[in-house]
Amino acid sequence: MSRFPDIRTPPRAKTRGLGGRRAFSRLVLSASGILALLAGPAHAEGYGLGRAALPEEVAAWDIDIRPDGAGLPPGSGTAVEGEELYTDNCAYCHGDFGEGIDRWPVLAGGQGTLTGERPVKTVGSYWPYLSTVWDYVHRAMPFGAAQTLEDDEVYAITAYLLYMNDVVEDDFELSRESFPQVAMPNAGGFFEDTRPDTPTLTQAEPCMRDCKPGPVEIVMRARVLDVTPEEE
Amino acid sequence: MQDLGDGVDARPYGMPSGHEAHVVRRDVPWLTADPVSSVNFTPLHELDGIITPNGLCFERHHAGVAEVDPARHRLMINGLVDTPLVFTMEDIKRFPRENRLYFLECAANSGMEWRGAQLNGCQFTHGMVHCVMYTGVPLRHLLNEAGVRTNARWIMPEGADASAMTRSIPLKKAMDDCLVAFAMNGEALRPEQGYPLRIVVPGWEGNMWVKWLRRIEVGDAPWHHREETSKYTDLMENGKARRFTWEMDVKSVITNPSPQAPITHGKGHTVLTGLAWSGRGTVERVDVSLDGGRNWRPARIDGGSHPMALHRFYHEFDWDGSPLLLQSRAVDSDGHVQPTKKALRAVRGENSIYHNNGIQTWHVRAGGEVENVEVS
Ligand code: HEC
Repeated sequence: MSRFPDIRTPPRAKTRGLGGRRAFSRLVLSASGILALLAGPAHAEGYGLGRAALPEEVAAWDIDIRPDGAGLPPGSGTAVEGEELYTDNCAYCHGDFGEGIDRWPVLAGGQGTLTGERPVKTVGSYWPYLSTVWDYVHRAMPFGAAQTLEDDEVYAITAYLLYMNDVVEDDFELSRESFPQVAMPNAGGFFEDTRPDTPTLTQAEPCMRDCKPGPVEIVMRARVLDVTPEEE
Repeated sequence: MQDLGDGVDARPYGMPSGHEAHVVRRDVPWLTADPVSSVNFTPLHELDGIITPNGLCFERHHAGVAEVDPARHRLMINGLVDTPLVFTMEDIKRFPRENRLYFLECAANSGMEWRGAQLNGCQFTHGMVHCVMYTGVPLRHLLNEAGVRTNARWIMPEGADASAMTRSIPLKKAMDDCLVAFAMNGEALRPEQGYPLRIVVPGWEGNMWVKWLRRIEVGDAPWHHREETSKYTDLMENGKARRFTWEMDVKSVITNPSPQAPITHGKGHTVLTGLAWSGRGTVERVDVSLDGGRNWRPARIDGGSHPMALHRFYHEFDWDGSPLLLQSRAVDSDGHVQPTKKALRAVRGENSIYHNNGIQTWHVRAGGEVENVEVS
């Protein structure tokens, strides 16, 4: 199932028993660890369970990218290079122009629709951070063959997605170095949670009697739309 | 009954009676492109009490159900910690455990109803919720074991499925009440609920409860990954979107009668029942209305009141056979009152997809059939 390298089984002797792992790693890794070790039993803060992860294990598993570009690997790719990769790996679901075949997600366009009746949210119209595109394409796409693309290919496809969304020109080369130059159109489109924006008890006790002026009328019925799946 | 029945060796893992074969999760095929990245719904109208049976808990996956061998499964904690650690399932089960009853609701539950009444059945309008008892290890034990650095502010759980699901969670929440759970309702997690390990994020939107949990990274800033930017952000009328809307607001729904569960007995004594919940605490009270929200009366909560868990309410009355407009309205221990759909739309518009906790109306006709409506 997992496409990740297996983590090796722990070297037995060091992981079990009284504080073996903690004592060892603290000594090596941190001054505070040494103090803790001198000050009292190694188990004062923990249970002595688990084992230290090897640096190469962390490197193999830790694939995430952050908005500041932290985590981006070396490599590069241009939008032109990305076009062919996209056509081969992505277009049969997302469409040649990112328009989305059938109900597969739309990846391009939609600028100016966010205040309309049917907003189209895409990398170009909605996504605030470029890092998210790289991270997601690398982590989860192509659907059914996730994490099979090379880093250079992810750079190229990401550049092509930007090009499809009119964010860059076709000769644009995306790399760790050029990454900060890209301005995502909807970067300023988000704000933090401002709830509660609906009634609370501090405003009023909920009404119990004669809460509406006259008899209540039905203004809409679900059966008019008739989209409910039939029971077998 | 004169015939002898099955012996004790016939049903090593018992299943419901054949007469209950209709009590199943259902999906809405036109919703998504592929059932592998889709959702199905809990049959709320067929259930009672506050515990959802394991096999009926709604499913939402982004890349299908991952098949994970617990003997080979590992949980890594890395990032801003003194010692990055790797745990086996056996290691995790050696930490002190807690048992907690929590609801899990998808932020998109009732999302299809933002623009108006759409689906005839509380299974479809409200069925992206379930409530089970989790057994797990407080996440703080695992984080403390690795030694969280003083500049750490966030964690990011990651799944072992093909979507490698990730979400950013504030460290404060992680240290406060998150669990790393391996059991639900007393038995191992079901594969579709993250077997062998999932993170439990009480009261917060279901997408954060990463299943098949394989890694937790500790960091000083959020990751802003796909599921907290492209998805699970709430678009307002002015074209700007709220982000990090984690808590699930106070909500309730009448499960019986409802479109899939009409009144079949004619006039006379009847039992109205439903569910209420809040991600901000317990449900303090539920009121029900039979006349579309003009007059209200308190319902009776029964089955216990646990924070961030489903609450069961009842209202028994004599039905005179005339049409009804049923509504329920919950109030939580944090003072939040479940709003009308009108009030919600007034402040959020119709495009926010997520966090629709508006009051639901069911129209009971004289014959006992029930439909999903909206009222003046
Ligand atoms: C077999 C069909 C398929 C193929 C091929 C495919 N995708 Fe996807 N893509 C999906 C599905 C399904 C989703 C949504 C997954 C989910 O629900 O989490 C998605 C989501 C996305 C998204 C996020 C959309 C959004 O608005 O959040 C991006 C970006 C994306 N795909 C890019 C790609 C790229 C680039 C490729 C080629 C390397 C690719 N996809 C290949 C099916 C596909």
